[in-house]
Amino acid sequence: MQRFIAKRALQSLLAIWVMSLIVFTLVRVTGNPLDVMLPLEAGPEDYARVSKHWGLDQPVYVQYAIFLGKAVQGDFGNSWKWHGHSAMGLVWQRLPATLQLAGFALLVSVVIALPVGVLSAVMKGTVWDTVAKVIALLGQSLPAFWLGIVLMWIFAVNLGWFPTSGRGGIQYMILPAITLGWFQVAAIMRLVRSSMLEVLDSEFVKLSRIKGLSEWKVVWKHCLRNAAIAPLTFFAIIAGVLMTGSVVTESVFSWPGTGLLVVDAVRARDFQVVQAVVIVFAGIFILTNLLVDILYAYLDPRIRYQ
Amino acid sequence: MATVTARTLPWYAPPRVAHAWRRVKRYPVVSLSILTFVLVIPAVFAQYVAPYDPLKGSLAKRLRPPAWQQGGSIEHPLGTDKLGRDILSRMIHGARVSLMVSMVAIFVGGTLGTALGLTSGYFGGRVDSLLMRLVDISLSLPTILLALVLVAAVGPSFSTVIIVLVVLLWARYARLVRGETLAIKERDFIARARVAGASHVRIMTRYIFPNVVNSLLVLATLQVGYVILLESALSFLGAGLPRPTPAWGLMIADGRELIVTAWWVSMFPGLAIMLTVLSLNLLGDWLRDHLDPKLRHV
Repeated sequence: MQRFIAKRALQSLLAIWVMSLIVFTLVRVTGNPLDVMLPLEAGPEDYARVSKHWGLDQPVYVQYAIFLGKAVQGDFGNSWKWHGHSAMGLVWQRLPATLQLAGFALLVSVVIALPVGVLSAVMKGTVWDTVAKVIALLGQSLPAFWLGIVLMWIFAVNLGWFPTSGRGGIQYMILPAITLGWFQVAAIMRLVRSSMLEVLDSEFVKLSRIKGLSEWKVVWKHCLRNAAIAPLTFFAIIAGVLMTGSVVTESVFSWPGTGLLVVDAVRARDFQVVQAVVIVFAGIFILTNLLVDILYAYLDPRIRYQ
Repeated sequence: MATVTARTLPWYAPPRVAHAWRRVKRYPVVSLSILTFVLVIPAVFAQYVAPYDPLKGSLAKRLRPPAWQQGGSIEHPLGTDKLGRDILSRMIHGARVSLMVSMVAIFVGGTLGTALGLTSGYFGGRVDSLLMRLVDISLSLPTILLALVLVAAVGPSFSTVIIVLVVLLWARYARLVRGETLAIKERDFIARARVAGASHVRIMTRYIFPNVVNSLLVLATLQVGYVILLESALSFLGAGLPRPTPAWGLMIADGRELIVTAWWVSMFPGLAIMLTVLSLNLLGDWLRDHLDPKLRHV
């Protein structure tokens, strides 16, 4: 088990390193990095200062070493749009809002997807199953940012049930969470449905029925527990999609999280901040993958010996 | 021969019609017709179908509601945006933009991925393991973020969008084609081609490639919808096509801040995206079931 963890941790480090390499090269391949890093109104003294900070007068491999050394310490320089803030400081300041929204979205989507998925498996071929299919299909075809605007128009503008944007109490979170979680509802539901169908067909379910257990207990206790393992392994993918999806959702609802930060930074061409957000997001994405792999190896010993 | 139609023989019509309907039902008629009317016809004939210039508007006519609402007129059936540009015309030209971006991106990404997948699967060995490692990494990178970095570095443009999409798309084709190539290259007809003196390139292009075309077609169809969604999301974030391109994602972004006063600005382009992607997904599923049932997991 230790060897497995060590191996996977090493792979994760490699992936984060590749990401840093991509960010580093992109800035340099596309011309003078100072043009990207500095805003248009920057003067010659700004150029000299940033050039010295990043060691741009040195050979490329030295530059990369400096970049990596600073990145490891979480130093991505100062933001250009938000004066007086370090890029990394901005990310840490905004991250809680994003995690809050993503967590709530995950909760909402599981609460919707689990019962619908189970029902559509148990009542295969009935109206419930068709409803589930339609939800899954719409989940794949609705652009999340448009869904957000439609929800905002119906429930915030016309009905006035929720505020249109911003962060506050729970009523501020409901529309963004549905927007962010919508795609996940479809994905989780399909997974639950297919693994439920498999479990419903197995011998121990027949046995528990013969034993005289109520159908309710058979489905919601015995089957669901076994069927939940497969969707669990997709948690990493879901977490990743929620993180990247937050970029779109936050900019629709002006939710003051990291996603909105990165979009504003891209518009202002504040490369320092974009860089910091991307590395942090990639790190979270890759770490979640690692954690789920370890969890899964713990649950299913066969994986460790592959 | 005179054709016997339902009109000449009315009493014989019902079974004929039913029969024809059953034959039609075997094809994805609804999605094909939605695609034709929402995507293909507008995209191909944009300048003939669109009533107005998508880039020119008159400020006197700004934010007119759609025809059926009070204050709307038939002149602008779906209303106008904040610069007085006709929404319908912009949507029609937007279909062309969507179709063009997805076609170019999928063609370039698919060609690159197919070439790499064929080489990787055919030769195997060190090239293969290196390429597959690259595919793994590329599939595990957070996609939208990668696009944002690139756009922050070089600025939004048509070619930036294409590059981003190609970087995101090639890996799936490479993995698919490599897997199929591994199976096909063990078959007898490949060994015979080799005995007959065919070169490696000829074997790959003339003997293996035709056998993976079906799978490629299915994957490409399933990806058109995905690419349209991705492109519109990027444009919405300001990381895709630059303004004033009539792209659906940009139109929705324009309507975002007008949602309280002018709902129609973002509503109709979104409907167009939804209908297009929905029917592309249905069509892709149908193609997969008919051409390549083993691709179910893709």
